[in-house]
Amino acid sequence: MSAPVLDVRNLSVSYLIGKQRAQAAADISFTLSAGERLGIVGESGSGKSTLALALMRLHKPPARIDAGEAWLGGTDMMRLEGEDLRRFRWSEISLVPQGAMNSLNPVMRIRRQLADAIEAHRRDWTRAQVQARVQEMLERVGLSPKVGDLYPHELSGGMKQRVCIALAVVLEPKLIIADEPTSALDVVVQRLVIQTLKDVQEQIGAALIMIGHDMGLMAQSVDRLAVMYAGRMVDIAPVRDFFHRPLHPYSQLLISSLPSPDETKPLTDIPGMQPSLFDLPGGCSFHPRCPLAKEPCRQTEPTFLPTGPGRGTACHVVRESLDEPH
Amino acid sequence: MSWSYALRRIGMFVAVVFLAITINFIVPRMAPGDPTAAVLEQLLSRGQQVEGAADIVANYRARFGLDDPLLLQYGRYVWNTLHFDLGYSISYFPQKVESALLQALPWTLALLLTATAVAFVLGSVLGALIAWPRSSRLVRSLAPFLMVLSAIPYYLLALILLYVFAVWTKLFPLGGAASSQSALTFSITSAIDVLHHAFLPALSIVLAGLGFWALGMRGAMINVLGEDYLALAEAKGLRPQRIFFAYAMRNALLPQITSLAIALGTVASGSVLVEVAFNYPGIGYVLYNALRSSDYFLIQGVAFFLVLTVAVAVLLLELAYPLIDPRIER
Ligand SMILES: Nc1ncnc2c1ncn2[C@@H]1O[C@H](COP(=O)(O)OP(=O)(O)OP(=O)(O)O)[C@@H](O)[C@H]1O
Ligand SMILES: [Mg+2]
Repeated sequence: MSAPVLDVRNLSVSYLIGKQRAQAAADISFTLSAGERLGIVGESGSGKSTLALALMRLHKPPARIDAGEAWLGGTDMMRLEGEDLRRFRWSEISLVPQGAMNSLNPVMRIRRQLADAIEAHRRDWTRAQVQARVQEMLERVGLSPKVGDLYPHELSGGMKQRVCIALAVVLEPKLIIADEPTSALDVVVQRLVIQTLKDVQEQIGAALIMIGHDMGLMAQSVDRLAVMYAGRMVDIAPVRDFFHRPLHPYSQLLISSLPSPDETKPLTDIPGMQPSLFDLPGGCSFHPRCPLAKEPCRQTEPTFLPTGPGRGTACHVVRESLDEPH
Repeated sequence: MSWSYALRRIGMFVAVVFLAITINFIVPRMAPGDPTAAVLEQLLSRGQQVEGAADIVANYRARFGLDDPLLLQYGRYVWNTLHFDLGYSISYFPQKVESALLQALPWTLALLLTATAVAFVLGSVLGALIAWPRSSRLVRSLAPFLMVLSAIPYYLLALILLYVFAVWTKLFPLGGAASSQSALTFSITSAIDVLHHAFLPALSIVLAGLGFWALGMRGAMINVLGEDYLALAEAKGLRPQRIFFAYAMRNALLPQITSLAIALGTVASGSVLVEVAFNYPGIGYVLYNALRSSDYFLIQGVAFFLVLTVAVAVLLLELAYPLIDPRIER
């Protein structure tokens, strides 16, 4: 495999609430190679958006990055400040935001919002070049160039999301982060929008991190899948392996709880609730809900260890079974 | 902007103006007897001297044709008002109400429009900067100070200014619009004299309005800063100035502009305090004197005029608003 384009090492983010610090992203490490698509799933509140925002350094107080590095093409984004950070953003890493409905400036024409992003980074481009680029991007995401003259409130939700995708690729960044890019859309539009996102991402050869809840959509859209639980990345695997032979007990439960039409088995639910970040159980955070929990799970937190090519899991039980001589 | 939108707004404007004229017509007629005579009798009975009382009564009788049918009277009244024929002032007889208004109007407009505009611009920029996270600590800590400033009653503020700058240091005159209004010419010296006189009242308006505009803007700005599109603007790597002006302030100004229209509409009425405190010969001063001398027709004239200014300001705003905010259409 080629050298990774993104290398996240031990990234930790916490929120200061009252006098307590809640670790919403704890010790997260993963790599991504050029053009690769990584999906991140996890229950609501597991820290997916926190991770995404921290990667863009867009986190706002009370969030704080406590530790970690995130190397993107030879630059540690966690060390960038001021003007360097501003220039790095969008030209190297861009975002398809969670709330596309409200992510466009309501009183500015679409064309201007796209042009703004270009002009902030490509000062030497002529006005004609900028306009040509805007035009091209709108067409690439399947929008008529006329959309450029409209205001956000004149677009449908799907169109707005396409505008956000055009915006994200307009400078051809190395990495695109899409945070639930389709959560507010109906199923048909969802698939079209995801397809568009994949198309333009492939065209520019960017890596993509796609956050979402829909495991089915994810299975079709990404190369690897990561699972977050209570602020930890507990499992990561190529998508085929993930569905064929899930390692982490939580991943197994996630897959078996997927509804399937040709089986008559009742919907299995994952028992219990995700713990509060203030009141994490000792040891592995998942152990109170884990059907396989053993003694070490209650005592020590499992470390995240590689379990195969492109795979990694944080689980004592998995670790033991792998260590056992065959 | 569609034609029907514009026509609806204009229709609203016409309706408001007619309502004002009608109320002005009805109210004096609700009093028993002859409205003019009643007012004059009241004045005379209080021992006030009214020159040409008989002339006024005669004039009004003829003007109103008080023996004509009510509808005819009403038609005539509307016609006269629309031609800006507002009748005679009682205390300044034989001066007409409209000429008293027109004399005072330029002073009020020049002083209050300028001062309100300055207060609006300064206050809005200041409020936006207070809310802007990149501002210096000093700027960001100005909010409580502005709250105190906006809590000072206007007359107290005016008194302090007068005491410090006119009585104590004698840097500015105590009142009036010019050293000698009749000697004003189109010359540099006259202009300087007028500005010199206008400075303290203008400063009082700016200081009194600054807190209102700044705090309003700060609130609007805080709302806008929490919007998703601001986070995306930052993610786009736009320059901070660009985000501040084109994304944050531009959007936070929208609610401020509504307040501005209302403020501009009440410029004439708001002028009473200023002009009385600083002895400034504008509309407010005219109204104050009219109230003191129970100059009923002058009061009516000023009241009509005030309604007119508010209605004009609101109409202009509503016609301009779709241009500022594309979401307001139809
Ligand atoms: N501004 C904030 N202040 C305090 N705590 C926060 C803040 N934002 C998020 N959190 C906490 O951080 C944790 C992770 O939140 P995050 O938004 O990253 O979850 P998520 O995985 O994106 O969830 P969802 O799927 O609902 O989008 C949650 O427990 C949440 O309560
Ligand atoms: Mg989220």
